[in-house]
Amino acid sequence: MSTWIAIGLTFVGCYLVKLAGLLVPAGALERPLVRRLAALLPVALLAALTAQQAFADGRELVLDAKAAGLAAAAVALLLRAPFLVVIAAAVAVTAGVRALTG
Amino acid sequence: MAEQTVPSDAGELAQPKPEPKPEPKPDAAVVRDGLGVGVAVGLSGFAFGVTSAGSGLTVPQTCVLSLLVFTGASQFALVGALVGGGNPFTAAAGAFFLGVRNAFYGLRLSQLLALPRAVRPFAAHWVIDETTAVTLAQPTRRSARIGFTVTGISLYVLWNLTTLLGALGAEAIGDTDAWGLDAAGPAVFLALLAPMLRTTRERAAAALAVVLGLGLLPVLPGGVPVLVAALAAPVVLYVEGRSARAAREELR
Repeated sequence: MSTWIAIGLTFVGCYLVKLAGLLVPAGALERPLVRRLAALLPVALLAALTAQQAFADGRELVLDAKAAGLAAAAVALLLRAPFLVVIAAAVAVTAGVRALTG
Repeated sequence: MAEQTVPSDAGELAQPKPEPKPEPKPDAAVVRDGLGVGVAVGLSGFAFGVTSAGSGLTVPQTCVLSLLVFTGASQFALVGALVGGGNPFTAAAGAFFLGVRNAFYGLRLSQLLALPRAVRPFAAHWVIDETTAVTLAQPTRRSARIGFTVTGISLYVLWNLTTLLGALGAEAIGDTDAWGLDAAGPAVFLALLAPMLRTTRERAAAALAVVLGLGLLPVLPGGVPVLVAALAAPVVLYVEGRSARAAREELR
């Protein structure tokens, strides 16, 4: 039962914040500062998430095979590889590094 | 460092400019971008299904999480917190904090998509990292709407299908890490982020966010470091504004 409570609370909370963002009045969005902030916030959030998913395990910093995978993805991006190739490179390199070091 | 390049799948991206209208992007190219993201990220729902079922949640609980929450980072955070024996409120709080970033995405998408009021409650469900990133990469409102919709539909369907498969196959697959599946998440985010890093302002915000996000990880509760990292945006704008004012002062 406590698991279902947690699921329900998470759903309601996450949905409401998504809706809140979409419901901001158009007038407020016209102000230059709001526009610049709205454009820059996704960049900051995605960057932080990328780093945390690659270098964090819970609340601890770790450097493991995922870092190699992310590096491979970065190289693929610089080479203008298609999106799915970027992901495949990251997964393959991560698996390869683990196989070699495991 | 070499100039950040756009993945070739994205085609030529027109720079948004106030005066000349950006070149419209063919619908087929937008659909391909949306499907590419939807498929790549959707497949990683399998990893969530395996993780969730392997952590003690039932198959229905796992699937309901993907159907209702539909925010990968929050789903993983919730499962992780429940495994650690956290009570439902603290577990939900951590997942919620991770989900708060979607409000900022919604703020931006509100401008780009200009959705009719009646549509917003439904569209809200699909306001996540991936749909936002695809939408932001589009030059026109039409292609932004197509990108948002295609990414949202394909990702939602695949995410839920693969969650179910993962939950059912949890025992069979064993350790998903051995297959490198956990690298798919950060790689997707990096691929979505790369086209956004076009100017010094954006790169500065990203770099500062990474430092804040990782630096505060050991000292703040789960989910909060990402929100604090969002402060990189106003900080960069403030510094930029101050530099601009200083330059104007010198000209007087």
